[in-house]
Amino acid sequence: MTREVIGMVFILLGIMFDFFGVLGLVRLPDVYNRLQAATKCVTFGSAGILLGVFIIQGFNNFGFKALLGIVFIFLTSPVAAHAISRAAHRSGIPLTKETIIDQYQEDNELKD
Amino acid sequence: MTLQNRSRLFVFIFSFLVWLALTSARDVEEVIAGLIVAALVTIVAGKFLITSEKSGHIIRRIFSAIKYLIKFLWEMTKANLHVAYIVIHPYLPIKPGIVKIKIKLTKDTAITVLANSITLTPGTLTIDVNPEKKELYIHWIDVLSTDVEKNTKTIGGKFEKLLTEVFE
Repeated sequence: MTREVIGMVFILLGIMFDFFGVLGLVRLPDVYNRLQAATKCVTFGSAGILLGVFIIQGFNNFGFKALLGIVFIFLTSPVAAHAISRAAHRSGIPLTKETIIDQYQEDNELKD
Repeated sequence: MTLQNRSRLFVFIFSFLVWLALTSARDVEEVIAGLIVAALVTIVAGKFLITSEKSGHIIRRIFSAIKYLIKFLWEMTKANLHVAYIVIHPYLPIKPGIVKIKIKLTKDTAITVLANSITLTPGTLTIDVNPEKKELYIHWIDVLSTDVEKNTKTIGGKFEKLLTEVFE
């Protein structure tokens, strides 16, 4: 019983952070800022949901799948963000007007 | 045993254990299928796990890894509250920019872990790595300074020391 309550709390927290991630995706100005919200909150939120599932299920194969899911989300989601943001910058997607510095662009211009 | 073969052995045992945990194998067929899958994984990716002789004491390294994990989880919680604050705030208090930091780590694994950690910690996202000049390009949602040395300390400093203990 307590186990289920704790698991539910983790799942609720996870859904909350997933919601913040989605809100950031809608509100923030450009692709890089949106990725920030999407990677951090969605990673943490999904990990929270999976951890909740693990706590409710315990050490059977269902719970193990949830744990492995956490590991893989933590490993892959930052890599995906890196790939998307790098591709966006290389294909010339502009940063938002509020941007104050872009040292990546400066260095690329030096190279050419 | 050569380094590559040792790496293959580790990969084989590890993937077989993961298979057992996932299927909670009850029949012989499942175990045999697991052996086949583990062998396939080993053939494709076996030689990449261990690429050099590790130095340093194994227990001390595990201890540093645990310390690193705790620090990482704490930073990640802070990162999420930070994003939540920005997103809820009616005026979106952001000051974004791309900055450059220097890294001291030499091993590919260590640099990858550092880049991933930076992506998951407050306000920063790794965009690109320059392995020759040992630089990381980082998108920062709230740029505090444009000085490379200072940014190296603020963004990379908190993880780099621990990662050096773990990997090198």
